[in-house]
Amino acid sequence: MQEEQQGFHAGRRDFVKQSSMLAGGLLAMPVLSQANFFSGAGDVIKIALIGCGGRGTGAAVQALRTKQNVQLVAMADAFADRLNDSYNNIKDELGENASRLNVKEENKFIGFDAYQKAIALADVVILTTPPGFRPIHFEEAVKQGKHIFMEKPVATDPAGIKRVLDAAEIAKSKKLNVVVGLQRRYQASYRELFKRFNDGIIGDLLSINVWWNQGALWIRPRLPQYTEMEYQMRNWYYFNWLCGDHIVEQHIHNLDVGNWFMKDYPVTAYGMGGRAVRTGKDTGEIYDHHAVEYRYGNGVIMNSECRHWKDSASRVDEELTGTKGRIICDRGLIQDHKGKVLFQFDKKTENQPYQNEHDELFAAIAKGEYKFWDAERGAKTTLTAIIGRLATYSGEVIPFDKALNSGLNLQPATYAFDAKPPVMPDADGFYPYAKPGITKYFS
Amino acid sequence: MNFMKNRLLALSLGSMLTGAAFAQNAPFTAYDEKLPGTDLTFKMMPIPAGEFSFGSPAGEKGRGEDEGPQKKVKIAAFWMGAHEVTFDEYDIYADAEKDKTPVPDGMTRPSPPYIDLTLGMGKLGGFPANSMSQYGALMYCRWLYAKTGVFYRLPTEAEWEYACRAGSTTAYPFGNDASQLKDYAWFAANSGNKYHKVGTLRPNAWGLYDMLGNVAEWTLDQYDPAFLAQAADTDPWNKPTAKTPRTVKGGNYQDEAPRLRSASRLKSNTDWNRRDPQIPKSKWWNADAPFIGFRIVRPVKQPTKEEAEQFFADVIDKYLGSR
Repeated sequence: MQEEQQGFHAGRRDFVKQSSMLAGGLLAMPVLSQANFFSGAGDVIKIALIGCGGRGTGAAVQALRTKQNVQLVAMADAFADRLNDSYNNIKDELGENASRLNVKEENKFIGFDAYQKAIALADVVILTTPPGFRPIHFEEAVKQGKHIFMEKPVATDPAGIKRVLDAAEIAKSKKLNVVVGLQRRYQASYRELFKRFNDGIIGDLLSINVWWNQGALWIRPRLPQYTEMEYQMRNWYYFNWLCGDHIVEQHIHNLDVGNWFMKDYPVTAYGMGGRAVRTGKDTGEIYDHHAVEYRYGNGVIMNSECRHWKDSASRVDEELTGTKGRIICDRGLIQDHKGKVLFQFDKKTENQPYQNEHDELFAAIAKGEYKFWDAERGAKTTLTAIIGRLATYSGEVIPFDKALNSGLNLQPATYAFDAKPPVMPDADGFYPYAKPGITKYFS
Repeated sequence: MNFMKNRLLALSLGSMLTGAAFAQNAPFTAYDEKLPGTDLTFKMMPIPAGEFSFGSPAGEKGRGEDEGPQKKVKIAAFWMGAHEVTFDEYDIYADAEKDKTPVPDGMTRPSPPYIDLTLGMGKLGGFPANSMSQYGALMYCRWLYAKTGVFYRLPTEAEWEYACRAGSTTAYPFGNDASQLKDYAWFAANSGNKYHKVGTLRPNAWGLYDMLGNVAEWTLDQYDPAFLAQAADTDPWNKPTAKTPRTVKGGNYQDEAPRLRSASRLKSNTDWNRRDPQIPKSKWWNADAPFIGFRIVRPVKQPTKEEAEQFFADVIDKYLGSR
């Protein structure tokens, strides 16, 4: 973990009974661990799911599969069909644990403002809408004093990052546990590699290479009854106010590994990108490739590539090169510069990182511990990805701090299905997209 | 009870395979099938009808308990793909932009995966299609039937082992000496922890490449450790009763030699998709199984259209997302 543990927190009163047994001494210990297993009895940890897509549904099921006494009590989504599908899928998935799904009809909330009502009913909230909404939802969850699991990325623009950073400070002061779904931080192989890196196995870090090069993703069709806002919400991957482009939405995982091992964030981003094959009306405004040079304060460079090109050589990985060797993350391998293996992680011992995020979070919450404050680093790593996008879109060198303080905001003035989204198609149905040298952000 | 049930199920497959409604004019020789609308062809090898000992003898080195008791079974004639289905071929189905001829209404295609499933090991140019669920493999067969009018399907476990043995009774098709395996199969000792282009090593006696190693291969059978004790005498098939586990044969590029024996039986595992963070899980892909692929067979006695449709309804539609 990047930060040291900040201390012990007495937690919500509901959960304190268990931790007070710990204070009672060793004799109480077996009782304590018993109490942490699902028993169907009191002290229920109530969960609200905000954003009922495939990932949100997956996260809800993972939360409901933890050993704690948890129940899903509220759900919120912009769309009724998405929420209902999610509810049914959770039910199917839980099987004999279906009693953990306890969402009454009146606690299923639909629309842009649904999140507020759902958050109010929970102890822990799962924030898994498209990332453009994350700052608003995170702010509200912090305001209402909830523990939080939120998916990456945590915003799509610098103004959103500011909001998340401000709310993260409040979350810390309230000792609210916050886990961000950058799951490599919760993955056994990466933790082993990081431990050995800290032990000096590759010496001083000299350079970082990260890749998310793969094929194309899903596209949702425009149905005749859709308003422009509904179409963009359904096909959200292709609109920056919602998604942030794939460098933000997907490649953030690899950039996060670079920042993690670097124990820092880049000072500048400089790069290139474009739409080589992603040229349709149905693929909005995002690019299909970005190549970015990130420079850290000590001069180390992280070279980053991400692309959505089908039928091309794919690679999703991180490599960290040091004075004495190299870490190849996806293979769980550390070798010296002559190729001698210094460490090989045994993949048979890999954990399920998506489950582990929830196991660790809910264990801490049940014990009344304050152990997770991922929001700040999640926001700064999201900003790392965002400045990469600003660099490839404009062709300029983008300083991290300047972007952070730019106030750049992609969000619509009004969230409503009859409102105009911030980007609109031209007469032929194509969306305008950024062009280096023409697109300008700040000088 | 189980015994009877399995016999009946096996019989129903047998009657489907032998209940030909239209004449079988094709000569029983090797042929190349062209994927309609493309320049791609795949080679099918004739596998003569015959009898073989299904499973392994008690003394075989590296044997699993589920490989016995050995049983003599009769197998009807079929053609089998000389190679594992490649991604070049699978993509004509999976990628609507590459499929130049129409498919029937309602035939769905695999959704593109969120993550890279080839792990950089290679995709086009002859690499084996990989990571698909058994459902994804069966849907390719259904699509191919719709495209070509020829009924293709996955091999049963017994057909697969019969074809792999190609008349041999030894641990491997070429004998018992695992040191020769490197000439025939990509496995732990020579693969470099990667799958390789199909057909680059030596074939077995019936002209089948990469039966052992490279990607492991889906069969049509539900996995049951006690299957051999119950298998029918003729064309045995453990008809699916659940989405998982299914039987997989041949071992893969990560496996040590014993897993590649002709009789070795592998059981599919939902762990092969544990890093799929979405619910519902992808019906099409396994997020953690780049080592799984498939090859197809064509029964000589083709089913009628109605029988073929019933077959696909029984093995696919009842078990959406089988893996």
